Amino acid sequence: MSLSDGREILVFAEQRRGRVHPVTIELLGKAIELSGNRDLTVSAVLLGRDVRGEAQELIYYGAKRVYLFEDPSFYNYDPFLYKANLVALANEINPYAILFGSTHIGRSLAPRVAASLQTGLTADCTNLSIDEDGAFIQIRPAFTGNILAHIKTKTSPSMSTVRYKVMQRAKRDEKREGTIVKMTPLPNDPSWEVIDERVIEGINLPDAEVVVSGGRGLKRAEDFKMLEELAKLLGGVVGSSRPLVDEGWIGKEHQVGFSGNTVKPKLYIACGISGSSQHLAGMRDSEMIVAINSDPSAPIFRYADMGIIGDIYEIIPKMIENLKRR
Amino acid sequence: MNIIVLTKVVPDIERVKFDAARGVVDRSSAPQEINPFDLNAIEEAVRLKERHGGRITAISMGPSDVEQTLKDTIARGVDEAILLTDKKFAGSDTLATSYALSQAIKSTGDFDIVICGEKTVDGDTGQVGGEVSEWLGIPYLPYTSRLDYEDGKFKARVELENIIYEVEAKPPLLVSVTKDINTPRLPGFREKLNARKAQVKEMDAEGIEANEGRLGFNGSPTWVYKIEVPEEGQRDCKIYKDPESGLKEIMIMLESRDLI
Ligand SMILES: Cc1cc2nc3c(=O)[nH]c(=O)nc-3n(C[C@H](O)[C@H](O)[C@H](O)COP(=O)(O)OP(=O)(O)OC[C@H]3O[C@@H](n4cnc5c(N)ncnc54)[C@H](O)[C@@H]3O)c2cc1C
Ligand SMILES: Cc1cc2nc3c(=O)[nH]c(=O)nc-3n(C[C@H](O)[C@H](O)[C@H](O)COP(=O)(O)OP(=O)(O)OC[C@H]3O[C@@H](n4cnc5c(N)ncnc54)[C@H](O)[C@@H]3O)c2cc1C
Repeated sequence: MSLSDGREILVFAEQRRGRVHPVTIELLGKAIELSGNRDLTVSAVLLGRDVRGEAQELIYYGAKRVYLFEDPSFYNYDPFLYKANLVALANEINPYAILFGSTHIGRSLAPRVAASLQTGLTADCTNLSIDEDGAFIQIRPAFTGNILAHIKTKTSPSMSTVRYKVMQRAKRDEKREGTIVKMTPLPNDPSWEVIDERVIEGINLPDAEVVVSGGRGLKRAEDFKMLEELAKLLGGVVGSSRPLVDEGWIGKEHQVGFSGNTVKPKLYIACGISGSSQHLAGMRDSEMIVAINSDPSAPIFRYADMGIIGDIYEIIPKMIENLKRR
Repeated sequence: MNIIVLTKVVPDIERVKFDAARGVVDRSSAPQEINPFDLNAIEEAVRLKERHGGRITAISMGPSDVEQTLKDTIARGVDEAILLTDKKFAGSDTLATSYALSQAIKSTGDFDIVICGEKTVDGDTGQVGGEVSEWLGIPYLPYTSRLDYEDGKFKARVELENIIYEVEAKPPLLVSVTKDINTPRLPGFREKLNARKAQVKEMDAEGIEANEGRLGFNGSPTWVYKIEVPEEGQRDCKIYKDPESGLKEIMIMLESRDLI
């Protein structure tokens, strides 16, 4: 059965604890745009336990076909097990492209699938397009975000992981119709045993609309309270550069940068942060960047929209005051 | 325990220069170093060896001029350093790189664990570990922030952003570690001195019994056809030396953008 013969854009619908990750909706948005007036079908593949409702949601978000693998063993992520089933599907439908979210699950699963299919994989893309010749164009930051690489894939399918919060979400429409194709999972052969599963509650930096971050300009761990107050007034959350996370002043879920979170809020306020490439890699695409730093030559000013040269201990309390006075 | 670590030599990213006009990276503009994330992989290998005995082999693919830098892995506790170097490897993407590395791993004989870093600071894909594990057909434990070995099994903490798994798996397997797994020790003076005298073992395509069609440009399905170097200071920053007027403008901006 060859369902599509290279005319399908397949979106990996990542689920966590039975819920589809929001990056999936962004991938669908991009896939719909790419399919445009070309003869390409947007489909999704979902592996999980009791996720039929989510499969229907994917159709409302624009998938014409959802390949549904349901089995209790798919509740938890297993790179080996997931890979085996995705490879079987890809061999059957021979898609034009396969898209994954650039989450830890996507970034660890896609390489296994790509190596098994012996095809190219482009990492952490921030833009995708199709040129006049039908070639898939993938753009991604490399060298810790200092450059943008334009990449083509010589083999089929093209595969990409795509950064969260970059593509436009697909719109939901209950009038949309599509098919749920029930798939038969391969024999269950997990590669690891999950002994315990925990969810860290608390802040979710990538989803925040306002991030107020502190760097080594802070003198004491307690001074994060000041940033917290400012963040709260703006309906945002607190971020941090890496050194303060390494010091143990704040949890690593707050870290912004190359080895932390990538954020793209409406407003990013950098307080006492110099602007190293590793920090910039995590926030340079924010819509509006405000920097407060006592050193006029700090690199952060070159990447900001507004900057105040001065002492954060003088400026932030005033800013808080201004906001409270309104 | 036979432990393999994968380490890449990269330019010091804080100093490397980019030529925006020509769209190239000037690798000669900065000193090279072991990829910072791979220092955590080496440290974890040394810790496993301290607890369970065994031998650590570091494997790296790159041009022959990285040999001096690789001696740093020996100073940090690696028993043998292997450098895969051959013109035939040039232009490898992650699929071709992981193929060569997996062939080299096979050539060293039986192993219990392969440890690699989360990603590199240059290519920055984080794909090589997963692809090596696929070529070898062994389990892959990504984003590992804690690792133990007990009763013939590895026990690991795998971090999937806000979801944390404690998993167990049998050797042989491949683990990619995060920077949180440990704090790499600095090599001592004596270790550095001994490492300077040590030899790095070179291997070429033939030595790892590679299928040449899978190497270098020809074996690489992805192709970087253009590099764009964004101009420095992408944004036109409005600078306020006087905090009062800066704060006033910020309030205006917040209002105009519906942020308050
Ligand atoms: C592999 C690797 C990965 C990394 N990943 C990350 C990452 O994910 N995120 C990250 O942030 N870093 C990361 N780093 C570290 C990075 O290189 C920098 O060391 C770090 O970003 C610097 O943090 P900072 O700006 O807070 O501190 P500094 O560079 O020390 O800057 C402090 C700034 O505060 C200013 N200042 C001091 N006092 C005041 C005051 N009272 N008022 C106003 N301004 C003041 C100073 O002028 C200075 O500009 C990584 C490094 C490596 C090697
Ligand atoms: C600008 C640019 C963009 C690129 N984009 C892509 C892309 O999207 N897809 C693609 O397939 N290729 C890409 N490449 C090619 C890729 O960078 C190389 O194949 C590189 O040798 C390995 O990938 P990496 O640096 O991303 O390693 P990563 O996958 O980030 O490295 C993970 C770990 O694997 C180990 N490792 C990686 N490389 C080596 C090595 N040479 N020797 C020993 N251990 C190693 C290390 O332990 C490392 O911590 C790109 C190259 C450039 C210059």
